[in-house]
This record gives sequence, structure tokens and C-alpha cells, in this order.
Amino acid sequence: MRLAELRAWIRALGTWRWASHRLRGWRQGGRTAVMGVPTLWLLLFFLVPFIIVFKISVSDARLGMPPYEPLFTWAQAQVMQLKLNFANYAFLFEDALYRNAYLNSVVTAGISTLICLLIGYPMAYGIARSKPAWRNLLLLLVMLPFWTSFLLRVYAWIGLLRTDGVINKALMFLGLDEPLVMLQTNFAVYLGIVYSYLPFMILPLYTAIERLDLTLLEAAADLGCKPTKAFLRITVPLTKGGIIAGCMLVFIPAVGEFVIPALLGGPDSLMIGRVLWEEFFNNRDWPVASAVAIAMLLLLVIPIMIFQRAQGARAGAHR
Amino acid sequence: MAHARPEQKNEPWKDPGATPYVRIDKVTKKFGEFVAVDDVTLHIYRGEIFCLLGGSGCGKTTLLRMMAGFETPTAGTISLDGVDITAMPPYERPVNMMFQSYALFPHMTVEQNVAFGLRQDRVAKSEIRDRVAEMLKLVHMDAFAKRKPHQLSGGQRQRVALARSLVKRPKLLLLDEPLAALDKKLREHTQFELINIQETLGVTFVVVTHDQEEAMTLATRIGVMNHGEIVQTGTPTEIYEYPGSRFVADFIGSVNLFEGRLIEDEPDYVRVRSDELGGVFHVGHGVSAAPDATVWVALRPEKIQISRERPDGDGDNRVQGTVAEIAYRGDQSVYLVRLANGRQVRVTQPNIIRQGSLRISWDDAVWLGWDSASPVVVTR
Repeated sequence: MRLAELRAWIRALGTWRWASHRLRGWRQGGRTAVMGVPTLWLLLFFLVPFIIVFKISVSDARLGMPPYEPLFTWAQAQVMQLKLNFANYAFLFEDALYRNAYLNSVVTAGISTLICLLIGYPMAYGIARSKPAWRNLLLLLVMLPFWTSFLLRVYAWIGLLRTDGVINKALMFLGLDEPLVMLQTNFAVYLGIVYSYLPFMILPLYTAIERLDLTLLEAAADLGCKPTKAFLRITVPLTKGGIIAGCMLVFIPAVGEFVIPALLGGPDSLMIGRVLWEEFFNNRDWPVASAVAIAMLLLLVIPIMIFQRAQGARAGAHR
Repeated sequence: MAHARPEQKNEPWKDPGATPYVRIDKVTKKFGEFVAVDDVTLHIYRGEIFCLLGGSGCGKTTLLRMMAGFETPTAGTISLDGVDITAMPPYERPVNMMFQSYALFPHMTVEQNVAFGLRQDRVAKSEIRDRVAEMLKLVHMDAFAKRKPHQLSGGQRQRVALARSLVKRPKLLLLDEPLAALDKKLREHTQFELINIQETLGVTFVVVTHDQEEAMTLATRIGVMNHGEIVQTGTPTEIYEYPGSRFVADFIGSVNLFEGRLIEDEPDYVRVRSDELGGVFHVGHGVSAAPDATVWVALRPEKIQISRERPDGDGDNRVQGTVAEIAYRGDQSVYLVRLANGRQVRVTQPNIIRQGSLRISWDDAVWLGWDSASPVVVTR
């Protein structure tokens, strides 16, 4: 009885409420801290640079350090003037060079992604259906190239593809009269991109295929569905998530790829990453370069966002 | 052990002239060195619900999967309706299977799931629509046609799986633990519904189950499996009342098994002296065993009378003991009676009247008695 009275008294004082409120506050504080770190990271290293680049993209070029006009100027003693220059963006649309570069990048990345999917799906399927003891070894082999620097691996391809490179020497030894021209062609660019990004396609595909319940394929066969058709009707739709993830992981970096077209591609393999680089370092036109970068980002991000929104809406409708 | 099915007049397995619908002939399946199914020969007749019953790893699922075509026998043949289907791939067999996990396609609606099999056969669209609707109506799922599997309860998924496997009107329907994922109430209800559907459509069912009660309720006949072999085949009554071995007696229902020695062997009765019992069994059927052979007497708990009074008659088929444990189950009570030699005997009695003070209690000295028609002698 005493205890109950005491408890009621404390409660009446509001101490309990205060303490519990405090506790709840602490718990929420913990959550904020956990969420806060990545948020802060993204703010500092993504949003802030993005704003800076955007700022540069709407200013005028000039000779000097930095090579662009400040955004805010003191027109008079107390009046601040904001000068926005969207001419850089207009320039991108007017000049065929940029349009072609964008288009070429998207096409190159798209074809590379498709090739990655066509090669990666059977590989991922093979790994996922291999004996469990083998799976980790095979996955390790897929990831093994990551142990060497990306740049070194692309350089290695130069040695392989050169006119007097390893491949041509081997072919000539086997009786080929003239060496094949492989380096500095679009073929080399596709080869480089597919080679470099294939693991990014295989890993999400593997995860999706490995998760697929094999009983579903048995059920399909039981209902009269031949294996090839079951693959299209059951396996592909149920691994759609992996296909989408793999394609995004290949397509997005491939669009902005600079190293591979620069090292393996010819002068005609015009990709937006190269244009960006030249604009920045050769022309020293920071504002136009920034505008190229922002336009590329929007070009990539907006379709992806629309796509994900549509996916989310469909998933929501199912639930 | 309720019997849902009236004793069928039509018992083709007793007619030597009848043609089996499914003929499993000397089928063996090995996985490496492990023999999953060992030289099984089994005949199943048209319109039967045949249950393969056994514990886990007894080979019942492997046998079922060979009928479906997911496994190829190492030796032996399987034929259906006179056609050898041993090497036929699953997608060509007129056989459908209901999977234990149901294996519904998660990216398709209920309707699409059920229609899937018909679409593989290029059935006309309008016919597909009608047959799917009819099937969904039969399993009471017509209101859920547009749902996806993850929006359904376990019982609803089970119905969809059943509809999907029946819609193609297979010659043979294989059911792998069809009711294992349902809770007890729903399971009982569904058992009767399965029987009704089977009788409506006349499809031959082969059911794999580890649940002996389920097998008893569903089956026209049961094949009890152990270590890849079929140890006994028979109607539920035969299996329960006349088990052929200690394994079957012990696996189906609960049983008291007493080791003993044959002391009198006549064509219409035998007497077995058992030290385990501390008495003599008088069993009302003949046994084909050598005199003085070691045999076992199986006695079901519900066939034993428990009483505080000494039963009438001579000295066979009775024993004295003390009540060690009582489990009151409402409809019946289970007594564990300790005999003089320490052996415990399980006895169940229906609680016919609200006895109150008349009820047998702990530590009561009791007599156990049974009819000579009740015990069964098994020789292995």
C-alpha cells in the first residue's frame, strides 16, 4: 500500500513524466546520431560540392584565379548584385559537340550494359547453381580484378590490344598476315567498359538468382512449361530486381566514364567524360565544364528518379 | 481416428483381374551410395486416394518426385494408364503436383497462377477463363482472383495451389504434405474438403504425409514406408487393426508391445506367454510361426478395459497393476498402469459418464482385461 501511495505521489509530482520524457528524448537522440552521420557525409561531400559546381556553372569565365567571375558582387556600397549566367547551358544545347557527346555516352553505356547483362546473367546463373562449396570461390574469382587498380588494368589492355601487342603477335604467329587494329577503336572502348564493369552486373544478379526458389521452376515444369519458357516466365521476372540493380550499377558509371575512352578509344569515341575533362583542363573554361557536369547529372538522375518512383508506386499498389 | 470415407464397396485392389492405373515396378533410387527408395513395387488404382506414410527420410517424397518426373529412377519403371512414363520429362506428364511449400508464383495473381498450366497447353482464352473461374469457385477462392500470393493466408494459398494443380484435369494428382502448413482446426476441415473435391472430380490422388491421422482420414489405402521400402499396404482399418510388423504397429497410433513365446499354436487361436506382461495372451487368430518362437503381441490402449473389479473368466488376457499416471483429456482419459514387473501399460478409456468419485485414481489397484479379438501377434 505504501509503495503504491509513494508511486502515485511521485507521478503526481510529474517527476515520472519528466524522466520518461527525458528518456524518450535520449532514445530519439540516438536515432538522430545514427542517421546523422551518413546525412552529414552526404551533405559535406555531395551536396556542398554540387552547389559549388552549380555556382560555377552559372558564372562567367574569366582569366585569372579562380577562372570564373564571383556570383555576388558589390555593385554599390550597400547593394549586392547577383549575376546568374545561364548562357553556359544554352551553349550546351546549341553546340552539336555536346549533344553528340551526351548521345554517344548514353548509347555507348547502354550497349555496354546490354553486353554486360548478356554475359553476366549466364555467369551469375552458373555461379548461383553451382555446388555451395564452389560458389564462394567463383565469386572470389569475379571480384579478384578489384585487387588491382582499375587504371592499371585498363593500361594492361593497351598492351594486349596494341598493333604489336600480345593478341596481334599471337594471331600473326598463327598465320595472320596483317595485325588487327583494335586499340583506339570503339571496339576497345566497349571491351574496356564491359571488362571493367562486369563484376558490378554479376554480383546483384547472383544475389537475385541465388534467392530464387527452385521449387517454382519445378512447379512450372509440372504445369507443362518447358525449361526455356520457364526461364522467361519465372526466372527472369523474379530476378528483375537484380537485373535492374546490375544495369544501373553498370550504366551510370559507364555514362560518365573518362579513363576507358581516353586510353582505349580513338579520337572519334567522344564521350561526355572526355569532353568534361578537356573543357576543364585544356580550355580552362570552368563554367562550361560545370554546366556539362550538372547537365550530365540531371540527365542521369531524373530518368532514374522517375523510374524508381514508378517502381515504388507499383510495389505500393501490390501491398 | 475418424473415418471420413464410407467403407468403399469398390475395392479394386482385392480383385486380381483389375488393371492398376499407376504401376510402380521394382523402382530403386540411389543418391550416390544412399538408397532412398529400395525396390518398391506398388499398384494404385483409378480413383484412389493413396497415402504414402512414413517418417522423414523414409523415401516417400523421393517416390512421389519420381512419379512427378523430378527424379529419374536408378532402376525400375513407372507407368500411368498403360503408358510408361519413367523417362518422360515432367512438363509432358499428365500428372500434376501440389507442393508442400505450395510454390505459387509470387509475381502472378491467383488467377494467373491457376491459368498458368492451361496457358502452357495453348488452351483458348475463353476456355481458360471459364475453367479458372470454375476451379476457383470449387476451392472457394473466386473472391480472391486478383490477389497476389503474399496477400493470402496459409489456408487460402493452399486452396490456390490445389486449384492450380487440378485445373489441367491431370490423370494423377500428387500431393506432398498437403496440409502440413495449416493449423489443426483448418487441417481437419480441409481434409474433408479434399475428399469431397476428389470425389467430385474423380482424379486419382497420391498423398505423401508423415501424419498418420491425416493418412487415416484421407486414404482409401495407405502404404507405410520405412528405409526406402514399403513395409505394409492396406486400408486404414487393416493397417491399424492388423499391423504386419512392430514398426507399423508402433508407427500408426499408440500401442503396447509385449515380447513373448508361442506356447500354443492352433489354426484359429494362439496363446503367448509373456514375461513382460507377467501373464498369457489368448489371441483369436492363427499365426504362421514355429512353435516356441519369439513373437510380439500388439495391444492398442483403447482396447483394454480398466476396472477395480477382477474380470470374469479364466486366467488369460488379464493382468493386475497399479495406476501410475492419469492424463485427463476431456473426451477420454489416458492411464499408465504399472504391472508387478515394473512394465507400464498405456490404457485409454472414453469418459462416458461424469463419474466423479467413481473415477479411477492414482495408486488404485486395478485389473486390465481385453477380448481375445483385440491383440495382434506380429512375428517381426
